Amino acid sequence: MARTISMSEAINEAIALAMRKDPDVVLLGEDVAGGAEVDHLQDEDAWGGVLGVTKGLVQEFGRERILDTPIAEAGYMGAAMAAASTGLRPIAELMFNDFIGSCLDEVLNQGAKFRYMFGGKAQVPVTVRTMHGAGFRAAAQHSQSLYALFTSIPGLKVVVPSTPYDAKGLLLAAIEDNDPVIFFEDKTLYNMTGEVPEGYYTVPIGKADVKREGSDLTIVGIGKQVNTALEAAGHLAGRGIEAEVVDPRSLSPLDEETILSSVAKTNRLVIVDEANPRCNLATDIAAIVADKGFDSLDAPIKRITAPHTPVPFSPPLEDRYLPSPEKVIQAVSELLGETSSLSL
Amino acid sequence: MAAKVISTPLLSEHKINVHFPVQQVVNHQGQLVDPVYESAINEELAQTFYRQLVRMRTLDRKAKSLQRQGRLGTYPPFEGQEAAQVGSALALEADDWMFPTYRDHAASITFGKSYGILSSWNGRVEGNLPPAGKKILPPSVPIATQLPLAAGAAMAAKFKGSSEAVIAYFGDGATSEGDFHEGLNFASVYQAPVVFFNQNNGYAISLPIHKQMNSETIVQKAVAYDIPGVRLDGNDIFAVYFQTKKALERARNGGGPTLIEAITWRYGAHTTADDPSKYRDQQESEERREYDPVTRLEHFIKRNGYGDDAWMDSVQIEASEEIEEAVKEMESMPPPDINDMYDFIFAAPTWTIAEHKQQYLKHLQEEE
Repeated sequence: MARTISMSEAINEAIALAMRKDPDVVLLGEDVAGGAEVDHLQDEDAWGGVLGVTKGLVQEFGRERILDTPIAEAGYMGAAMAAASTGLRPIAELMFNDFIGSCLDEVLNQGAKFRYMFGGKAQVPVTVRTMHGAGFRAAAQHSQSLYALFTSIPGLKVVVPSTPYDAKGLLLAAIEDNDPVIFFEDKTLYNMTGEVPEGYYTVPIGKADVKREGSDLTIVGIGKQVNTALEAAGHLAGRGIEAEVVDPRSLSPLDEETILSSVAKTNRLVIVDEANPRCNLATDIAAIVADKGFDSLDAPIKRITAPHTPVPFSPPLEDRYLPSPEKVIQAVSELLGETSSLSL
Repeated sequence: MAAKVISTPLLSEHKINVHFPVQQVVNHQGQLVDPVYESAINEELAQTFYRQLVRMRTLDRKAKSLQRQGRLGTYPPFEGQEAAQVGSALALEADDWMFPTYRDHAASITFGKSYGILSSWNGRVEGNLPPAGKKILPPSVPIATQLPLAAGAAMAAKFKGSSEAVIAYFGDGATSEGDFHEGLNFASVYQAPVVFFNQNNGYAISLPIHKQMNSETIVQKAVAYDIPGVRLDGNDIFAVYFQTKKALERARNGGGPTLIEAITWRYGAHTTADDPSKYRDQQESEERREYDPVTRLEHFIKRNGYGDDAWMDSVQIEASEEIEEAVKEMESMPPPDINDMYDFIFAAPTWTIAEHKQQYLKHLQEEE
């Protein structure tokens, strides 16, 4: 039965379901339980992470399976990669994706390479959950969206959900998966609510979802930017322009077919990606469509991204940094060759 | 004949027995307990310490209040750690280098930053800038990555033949990071003039120290790198000041790095975004006010006749006025300059950034 819950609750529920189903699933990271061995704090009151996403899990699963680790990203990331390849199915929480700088080797040269370098005889069923995204007043070192970095590494799967429903199903699929999956959580979406079934279900990794159908143009959004695209599409509909909004959900593997068939139908493509513009997903998808879908295109592909600067900490600057429905509509008006700009 | 029993003391005594006594000069009742320093302490020093401690506590409380009123972004309070920061910063020479963290505003300000540092929590780059000539790095928000940097700055100072020394601040949690160990090892191998000043405040966000490490102390990690280690009462500003000065002198004179563990406590949250009652006993935390660095100095000053209640009140009033003035100044800053976002990425903007800036300015014009 579906009820309305938040993204944060959906993720929490997915972890709980996976841990109930499989005793080999463990969660490790910084502050994921909280209140370690403080007498007056019972586990039900334990903190559950800096934004409370893992709250309550330690009460059900205990501190043997929910591990508050020392502040050592390379430590817990390496431990998770090795534990995965030796029989557990760990979920490692990298508090902010920006912290990958402290532990990239464990992912890039270890976990992502094990299966390959052992000739297919090793497997690394690990899920790395990590927060990303600007708009949280968290400054340049806690606000980046680094999914393109992981997408470029063979051996890693990468998913970026935009709704609570997808988050739960994709996380369960990620935990079930026998390869490393990097699971991105936009910290500004934790309070987003949506309908989520109660039981166990998976959303297949590598399958895009058409979030809105339309015939005039295709807008591909990454993560939270799917919602920006949907908002823009709503305004465009008021002007008689029907945008189709495609949510890839997985960046690696990427469901090229859904994107290409949408462009074959609409002949126009806008991509919204809040990551820095060089070598990001907008650029990657634009290249794929230019290569494999050139004949479908009636107009140049438009990419809406952040500028090539770090995320500003100053609120007024940060507000203007991200893609917005206005910026999408502006791009659409250019794409459709409107003589006068569309506006909200 | 009974079988010979082979004793294996090394296997049974697995804990390394290296004892680092906690250095203390003035105890929590304000009594001088280490007479070695008696001649080095006078009214002027005690009053200087006190003024700065009061300023810093007042600033920290003001910052928390501004945050609660929505006038400041997320803020990491340092109340309880003032002596560790002020004492160590006052031990520096004007030309030295400082690598602080986000919780070390008291150290940064004592060493020369303005109260405008607070504006950095409103996203203002101005808050990160030290006054001309002061070598104070912006607060490191990533954990422990400033420690190899500090070792590098010290190596450069040594290479240039300067007499500059470096102080690097970090917390208990940072000692779990590889960067801590790499920084100490580098400084040791190259005998770099750097003081690694640890504030062990017992908690790394929610994780208590005994879950952070299985070692009894932080300072014992100095043994592995064969550098001097000092463990001290971080709430005793005299112990902090004299021991840091000694370590800096040693560094300046070719004696290499030192690891200092200053035992202290943060009364408040990790940052204003968390609630410490969810991960520790706040009652127990408040009980630690008995060892408070500011009241300890008050006891000491009164015992020695270096100042009375009226003088202390006047110090408080002066500090409050100064800080109110600084907040007024911060709040009357003009809005952030859009150029700030684009102009500090490269020495000269690359064409990509120049183009993005043009697009952005055009977009703003169209909005108006």
